[in-house]
Amino acid sequence: MAGKKYNTPLIDDLEKGPWPSFVTEMKKAAKNNEMANDALGHLEKCYSTKRGYWKHGGIVGVLGYGGGVIGRYSEIGDEFPGVAHFHTVRINQPSGFFYNSKALREICDIWDKYGSGLTNVHGSTGDLVLLGTKTEALEPIFAEYSSRGWDLGGSGSALRTPSCCVGPGRCEWSNYDTLDLTYALTQEFQDELHRPTFSYKFKIKSSGCACDCVAALARADLSIIGTWKGDIKIDQAEVKNYAKKMDINAEVVNMCPTQCMSYDGKELKINNAECNRCMHCITRMTKALRPSGERGATLCMGSKAPIVVGSLLSWVIVPFIKLEPPYTELKELIRKIWDWWDENGKPRERIGEVIEIKGMRSFLEAIGVPPQPQQIKEPRKDPFMFYTDADIEGFKAKEAEEKKTGKYKF
Amino acid sequence: MALPQRKTDVGPPHYKQFLPPVIQKNYGKWKYHEVITPGSMVHVAESGDKLWTVRCASPRILSTDTIREIADVADKYCGGYVRFTTRNNVEFLVSEEKQLEPLMKELKSKKYTIGGIGPRITNVVHTQGWVHCHGACTDASGLVKSMMDELYDYFTTKELPNKVRLAVACCVNMCGAVHCSDIAVVAVHTKVPVINHDTFKNMCELPTVIGSCPTRAISPDPAKKSIKINEEKCMYCGNCFTVCPPIDIKNPERDGVAIVVGGKINSLRSNPKFSKLVIPYISNEPPRWPKVVAAIKHIVEVYAKNARKHERIGEWIERIGWEKFFKLTGIDFTFQCIDDFTFMRDTMRTASTFKW
Ligand code: HEM
Ligand code: HEM
Ligand code: HEM
Ligand code: HEM
Ligand code: SF4
Ligand code: SF4
Ligand code: SF4
Ligand code: SF4
Repeated sequence: MAGKKYNTPLIDDLEKGPWPSFVTEMKKAAKNNEMANDALGHLEKCYSTKRGYWKHGGIVGVLGYGGGVIGRYSEIGDEFPGVAHFHTVRINQPSGFFYNSKALREICDIWDKYGSGLTNVHGSTGDLVLLGTKTEALEPIFAEYSSRGWDLGGSGSALRTPSCCVGPGRCEWSNYDTLDLTYALTQEFQDELHRPTFSYKFKIKSSGCACDCVAALARADLSIIGTWKGDIKIDQAEVKNYAKKMDINAEVVNMCPTQCMSYDGKELKINNAECNRCMHCITRMTKALRPSGERGATLCMGSKAPIVVGSLLSWVIVPFIKLEPPYTELKELIRKIWDWWDENGKPRERIGEVIEIKGMRSFLEAIGVPPQPQQIKEPRKDPFMFYTDADIEGFKAKEAEEKKTGKYKF
Repeated sequence: MALPQRKTDVGPPHYKQFLPPVIQKNYGKWKYHEVITPGSMVHVAESGDKLWTVRCASPRILSTDTIREIADVADKYCGGYVRFTTRNNVEFLVSEEKQLEPLMKELKSKKYTIGGIGPRITNVVHTQGWVHCHGACTDASGLVKSMMDELYDYFTTKELPNKVRLAVACCVNMCGAVHCSDIAVVAVHTKVPVINHDTFKNMCELPTVIGSCPTRAISPDPAKKSIKINEEKCMYCGNCFTVCPPIDIKNPERDGVAIVVGGKINSLRSNPKFSKLVIPYISNEPPRWPKVVAAIKHIVEVYAKNARKHERIGEWIERIGWEKFFKLTGIDFTFQCIDDFTFMRDTMRTASTFKW
């Protein structure tokens, strides 16, 4: 092909060394693709001048959708015409990032026809990211993918593509079906995903246990963390096997955060009433320990990045919810959450920030969840609180009741 | 050629068609797993069926040719089944034990980097950088490549007290999530943007630009039909540049990176934690960022030497105290390390019990 050959000494250096090289990938794509070739020259220029040349995104997309495509143009498109437009297309990944070879080839064949041949597998939200195409290629790309059963992911002030851990697909610790829930929620909320109508982005991520392999607690507005209510069942024979290769007291018992375990060299005991289900012991002795009883999840909300007034980790909203198809309770709750956010949030306010501004009370009352000590690390330390007339009436009614029964109820 | 008929709102393909038969059969009925080598593990189901996984690093940016090679390998040894991890690894899913050794052999001969399982450094979560984003203060992919070339053995073989999760974000938006990593690099602008007043009036909307600033540093400049920026208030976030290209925040001599440590996302033993700032600034030095790489390696080595088994970096530091961390690593403690933004009241020491 007739592409210009760029001299790229700086990024060539990044082909050396043992770790797989993204420059090698860009060069592989550049062999048959003018856009990828210009992306190489463009990147070398960034390295030599220590600055980027991408312009902020413009509004581009496909008909009927408000998202799924990130517009990207270069300031120096004259010099590198192949990247003058270099838009990103987000393809909604299958739950758990499972593929087969046929699906992967299908994705590649379409992309080679219309784009740079460069991808991110995957972008940090979870989408399979197709990196670099022109505006006029967007509709054909969408027709080719959607007719074969692939859809775009979310972007902008919309529901972002939900993602999840591998869950019951390959993990013994999963407390609910992360793959199925993610698929079900993605299908339920197609409109919210493709047509931005929110104040800002909203992310849903699902992990099957407190290991949180998709980092839901840190990077989702709604973080769904699997957990259980029963006891940890102990297989004492397996404990004996572990004792042969590890120091159970040092590595498990003494590291239990609630100090609810003991091991006398023969038998491992857990005081389950004190266990906070942190998963440490189970991950260390997976053959010997296993949760039992009711399974479900804790719903946490609010995590976001530092823009603007500091980052947040999600905090507990609903301590326990059962998650079984068709997930009606969760779906209804999500709609109530969005309604409250819609009424109270200003543009570009994530829900966690709005809860901070309006207070947990306003939020919990709107979604119908009572206050519970599981939601907090500790109660407030200041005495500056609000009382409604109804609150005081409630306190007084309780006191009147006490006078009758002669028994205090605090 | 005519295009096929487009469809809307079909959603992603159902995952079930991509699950190998052994997973379909044992779905949700896994009993335990064992790590066989740093890059392979076996999951055993209650039925006794087994599934082997071989994990390899990827640079996240993949060409379609490489994806096809992955598909070919999956066809040869895995019945075509393959998955990716949140942290950009590729996992070959093997249903027959006899395919495991030949698969590993072929992957090695094709120079795949196998590893990342267990108490090690796994692949790095990162953002777009100069490869694709407008706001980038650095290149994320180049930093990752440079770091992992140096830390390679911690992916493929060497053990650490626990997992060490690395991340790189190419601006403070932190799309790639660094806030809760054991060690992360966050790229920073450090200088107030420069405004091109001539092009401003044609290209930007005044109210939008003023509204974009989180610290209210921007006010109108009616004489110039433009804006001015209060230097005392601006903290270089780049939001104004995002909505108005004539505001230039890129500054090759001043853009650089900061290093944060001690974050964690799981709830094992202790609660999830944010990463905290320890090195406020290192200059951008493409293509290899030698000082950034050296700093990360140094922190990993001090951790490896001093932490107890199963302690993550943040847990180790909380046990010994931050003052001790700065002493052990020899990192200078600077004004930037004291929070003067939103978290000051939570982060000051309110007791006289510290270590010398
Ligand atoms: C004010 C805050 C933010 C701004 C202005 C911003 C802006 C951007 C822009 C412009 C891109 C496109 C990069 C490209 O050219 O491909 C991008 C990509 C992305 N952003 Fe953000 N972002 C913000 C916050 C976040 C947050 C909080 C997250 C996740 C929690 C996030 C996740 C992503 C992801 C996953 C991508 C796709 C690219 C990748 O995977 O590296 N962003 N963001
Ligand atoms: C202080 C604020 C934040 C905290 C506490 C936080 C916490 C975390 C944690 C603990 C992780 C897992 C880290 C790891 O695996 O190395 C993570 C990952 C991530 N975070 Fe954040 N985060 C914050 C801000 C952000 C922001 C601002 C963004 C994007 C704009 C973001 C996007 C992500 C992404 C994309 C991941 C992906 C990690 C993966 O794929 O495994 N986070 N975050
Ligand atoms: C509106 C809030 C508060 C009020 C009305 C209040 C009132 C008082 C009063 C009346 C005293 C006793 C003074 C005396 O012995 O003559 C006192 C003592 C004290 N307060 Fe507060 N206080 C408030 C908040 C706080 C807070 C938030 C703190 C610290 C976080 C605090 C720390 C102390 C301490 C350390 C003492 C001395 C205790 C002692 O000598 O045993 N106060 N406060
Ligand atoms: C000590 C805590 C952790 C333990 C014991 C643990 C254990 C595991 C295990 C056994 C697997 C394999 C599961 C499977 O695929 O069958 C796994 C996968 C994975 N873990 Fe973790 N993990 C921990 C923490 C984390 C954290 C904090 C993250 C990221 C922030 C993470 C990210 C991942 C990812 C990305 C995978 C691949 C599976 C996927 O993509 O869903 N893990 N982890
Ligand atoms: S979050 Fe828990 S259930 Fe999900 S893959 Fe990780 S360890 Fe397994
Ligand atoms: S799960 Fe955590 S708290 Fe519960 S017994 Fe195990 S180590 Fe202790
Ligand atoms: S972290 Fe900043 S520069 Fe990097 S991709 Fe996100 S918005 Fe762009
Ligand atoms: S860089 Fe950020 S803080 Fe500074 S003026 Fe622009 S928007 Fe405001």
